[in-house]
Amino acid sequence: MKYVLMFADTEQFAAGLAAMDEPERERAYARVQQWFGQNADKITHHVHLLPADAATTVRLDGAEPLITDGPYVEGKEIVSGFAEIDVADLDEALRLAKSWPACPIVEIRPVAG
Amino acid sequence: MTPPTHDELARVVRDHAGRLAAALIPLVGDFTDAEDLVADAVEAALTHWPADGIPERPDAWLYTVARRRGLDRLRREHRHRRRLALVAWPAEPEPDARLRLIFTCCHPALPRAAQIALTLRVVCGLTTTQIARAFLVPESTVGQRITRAKRKIRDAGIPYRIPGPDELGSRLTEVLAVIYLLFNEGYLPTGDQPAAAHDLTDDAEFLAALLHQLMPAEPEPAGLLALIRLHRARAAARFTGDHEIVRLQQQNRALWDHTAIADAGRLIARAAALRRPGPFQLQAAIVACHAEAASWEDTDWAQIVVLYDILLHLAPSPVTRLHRAVALRYLSGPAAALAETDALAADLEHYHLLHATRAELLRDLGDHDRARLAGARALGLATNPAERRLLRRRLAWS
Repeated sequence: MKYVLMFADTEQFAAGLAAMDEPERERAYARVQQWFGQNADKITHHVHLLPADAATTVRLDGAEPLITDGPYVEGKEIVSGFAEIDVADLDEALRLAKSWPACPIVEIRPVAG
Repeated sequence: MTPPTHDELARVVRDHAGRLAAALIPLVGDFTDAEDLVADAVEAALTHWPADGIPERPDAWLYTVARRRGLDRLRREHRHRRRLALVAWPAEPEPDARLRLIFTCCHPALPRAAQIALTLRVVCGLTTTQIARAFLVPESTVGQRITRAKRKIRDAGIPYRIPGPDELGSRLTEVLAVIYLLFNEGYLPTGDQPAAAHDLTDDAEFLAALLHQLMPAEPEPAGLLALIRLHRARAAARFTGDHEIVRLQQQNRALWDHTAIADAGRLIARAAALRRPGPFQLQAAIVACHAEAASWEDTDWAQIVVLYDILLHLAPSPVTRLHRAVALRYLSGPAAALAETDALAADLEHYHLLHATRAELLRDLGDHDRARLAGARALGLATNPAERRLLRRRLAWS
């Protein structure tokens, strides 16, 4: 079954990352690389997004498309990346998500069809 | 033929519904389809058995109905692969298939209310109507919860299996929490229950016993089962004839089921021999201290306080600390206990039993004005009618 893992940052996590010194940050990135390496056989595709201040949102539910700066929800939790995985079931997806070494929130969503 | 009683019907359905579901799932190949067939068969049984009597082989009766419904459905849907499977239904499922059923119903990806509704329906064979009545919610709410949960099981790929050793501990905790919540709902309902409501404590004991039987090497299911049995063993003394709560101090201990209490004590000892203490074993051991005491005065308070200390170490909780404070009152006096409750004021400000406990401690210390204030606060926060009546009586003498 295919799922998408949606990784979400919190302000606290972003602040923690910003406060790290260079070697610490290197180690944090290395842990993420290691996670991708260990699960390479299950990950079909993944993207890392630039921060939310680079986002632009278009709303199409009005008379005219409305273009605004920023992500579509003004919240404390911001999606920072996606990974599509192909695993047997939700328990296996949960096992992957639970071992994720970086941002504190992971949403697991089955891929339709 | 004497028509079967409500309890007999509930018991027979419960003994067989889960087995039927467990047998059907591998054959039909889908949890939700199998669940529909079981629900149909249970509805049919509850329609026919009160008039015709319970058949000699209820399992065969339920199988036959489920099979017929399954074939009807296939005729409409023309799914050839499944038709072949349905023709060869075996008479008996594999022995522990109900364990998979329980773990699937209590999967942490489902909301708690859905875990409870699904477990009652799939494992215990309750109908949506019975569940709605027991929880005092509209039938449509229960129906929606079950429909959504089944859709999520299918769409999200929740597996039908016993979790692996790496996750068994946390998954078992989830299952035990569901059963205990069910027990508490039946033991002290949060509202006024209709007289004919399904006895949820019966279902909770059944589930705990089933879990213990299927996982004999795990001590916590044994702990939960002992805890439930110890509470139920004292049920006859808990209420007066006119439904008023009788507090533990005043209960007539001759009304307790001392055989059941002794059995539960042995169950706790066997679980303890596995040397993996857990919250349910400790709670059961605390209740056993009360149940085995010949009188309120003979209660081993020192032992109870020690057990609370271990419980708090394993599972810190302000409510448990409040219970410990009550025990401490009889070991070290009301001033020590009151000091403990002071420390809990922030966490339990809106919990009626904190204020009820403080009312009694303040009264024991001779501070009647503050006792009355705390009692009034407790009364303002309590929702259960029987508890409110008890608090009113207690307020009268504070």
